[in-house]
Amino acid sequence: MFATQQDHHFDVASIRKDFPILARQIGDKPLVYLDNAASSQMPVQVMDAFAQYHSGYHSNVHRGVHTLSQEATDAFEKVRFKVQRFIGARSEREIVYTSGATDSINLIAQAYGRTFLEKGDEILISNMEHHANIVPWHMLAKEKNLVIRVIPITDEGTLDMDAFDRMLSKNTKVVAVNHVSNALGTINPIAEISRKAHAVGAITVIDGAQAVPHMNVNVSEADCDFYVFSAHKMMGPTGTGVLYGKIEHLEAMPPYRGGGDMILSVSFDTGITYNEVPQKFEAGTPGIAQVIMMGKAIDYMLDIGRDKIQLYENELLEYATNRMRQIDGIRIIGTAPQKASVLSFVLDGIHPHDIGTILDFHGVAVRSGHHCAQPVMERYGIPATTRASFAFYNTRDEVDALVKAIHEVKEVLG
Amino acid sequence: MDTRMKHLYQELIIDHNKNPRNFRVMEEFSHESVGNNPLCGDKMILYLKINDENIIEDISFIGDGCAISKASSSMMTTAIKGKSIAQARALFKDFHDMSTGKLDIAEHPHQLGKLAIFAGVRDLPARVKCATLAWHTLDAALKGEQEITTE
Repeated sequence: MFATQQDHHFDVASIRKDFPILARQIGDKPLVYLDNAASSQMPVQVMDAFAQYHSGYHSNVHRGVHTLSQEATDAFEKVRFKVQRFIGARSEREIVYTSGATDSINLIAQAYGRTFLEKGDEILISNMEHHANIVPWHMLAKEKNLVIRVIPITDEGTLDMDAFDRMLSKNTKVVAVNHVSNALGTINPIAEISRKAHAVGAITVIDGAQAVPHMNVNVSEADCDFYVFSAHKMMGPTGTGVLYGKIEHLEAMPPYRGGGDMILSVSFDTGITYNEVPQKFEAGTPGIAQVIMMGKAIDYMLDIGRDKIQLYENELLEYATNRMRQIDGIRIIGTAPQKASVLSFVLDGIHPHDIGTILDFHGVAVRSGHHCAQPVMERYGIPATTRASFAFYNTRDEVDALVKAIHEVKEVLG
Repeated sequence: MDTRMKHLYQELIIDHNKNPRNFRVMEEFSHESVGNNPLCGDKMILYLKINDENIIEDISFIGDGCAISKASSSMMTTAIKGKSIAQARALFKDFHDMSTGKLDIAEHPHQLGKLAIFAGVRDLPARVKCATLAWHTLDAALKGEQEITTE
């Protein structure tokens, strides 16, 4: 069988040994961690980077001439190069460290949006966005009298590209879309979206938080203007992430936050000169250890191979989808042909929070709620879903445990 | 079955979830309040008919929610129907203290009766609000507030 052949090449058992948390118990049940879209778990290689940094070369970056500061700066800046290659950017200068995808989008909205958008300009936002790619634009729109328009989605959870075509006009200035939907799993055609946006003179802001852990990403090929993601959804630590921006945009944008490290000189007499891109956007001491850990997480994923990860996860998702479809009364929310490893569902007459609690009693960790994507819930007329989201360390046995636990839920509450 | 599950999803709760009591719109009410639990997207509307002697003559609710919140709402209505406002407030305090772990019902006297079945939520911080939403909405209605959220 094709599936077994793939499993053979993908040594999930030895990968799991790198993730100590996967061996823990919840009550008397083994943990089945299926909440990876909220935050993924961390391999020891990434954890070790934290200890190595703090026991070996902790110091502030870009500051001192002493050895430790130099080593810390080197390690910190090397990650920029890793990120550049990881997402196919043209230059390291296009990589800005932020505290995460949310911070990155706020940076774009404030530094780019406040500078270049004017009254009446339109921002197109997809109906499947995470609140992080909605609220910063909403705040900006209120302040500057901009118009927000929503790109509709189809019943299966794909972007309505015909509607998108019709909505594009010379007034469109920003198109804000995720690469992969956190609530539905849909993979969006970001290259096509960028091409169409550029044709009317708009820029694209792509939320890649759910894409980078699962597939090859190439921002230059997709020709997006901005691309953002968080380290903690791709085996790295919380509190760190990336803003990719085309160099011409980053150079044209004013700084977002002021402070140390983002200036070349400060004088009460002669004024302030800002630093170059990308340091211009990195005020204050960053999460140095966290950035270095993010670099290790990238190494870890590249060592396994993103093609292999994607193949393995696709098979796991297909297996899970087939097994879940056999459960009476289940409705899978998000059935796009191109999906990453997210399975959102509702069960007839049973609230997602009861499902979440009962699954937890079985050691199965899923997310239940609106997934910070309330417009998606509105679109489907449901208050919430239960979401199982997979990573490359998950197994078919774990899918079986999920399915078994759902049957228990039905037994108790059905 | 898991003991924690048995402890939380007891038959009485499951029965009230499936067949909630006093689950209807009230046409002639004296008090009304909307309770929101934004974390779940849950919403309930609570209606009260309180007479001149401060007795809760009638109580009903509508809305959608999880089994815990629905059962808790349903059991609250049966517990306070016919009670005085002061008695209802006292029950609210006991219920709230039990759910948040401030009142150990095994150690201290209380008036909760069957409502003590919800004691299990104190071990599930994410679900405390599900059990207390109806009670907070009741408290708001008695104070004359139109709407509350649990955040």
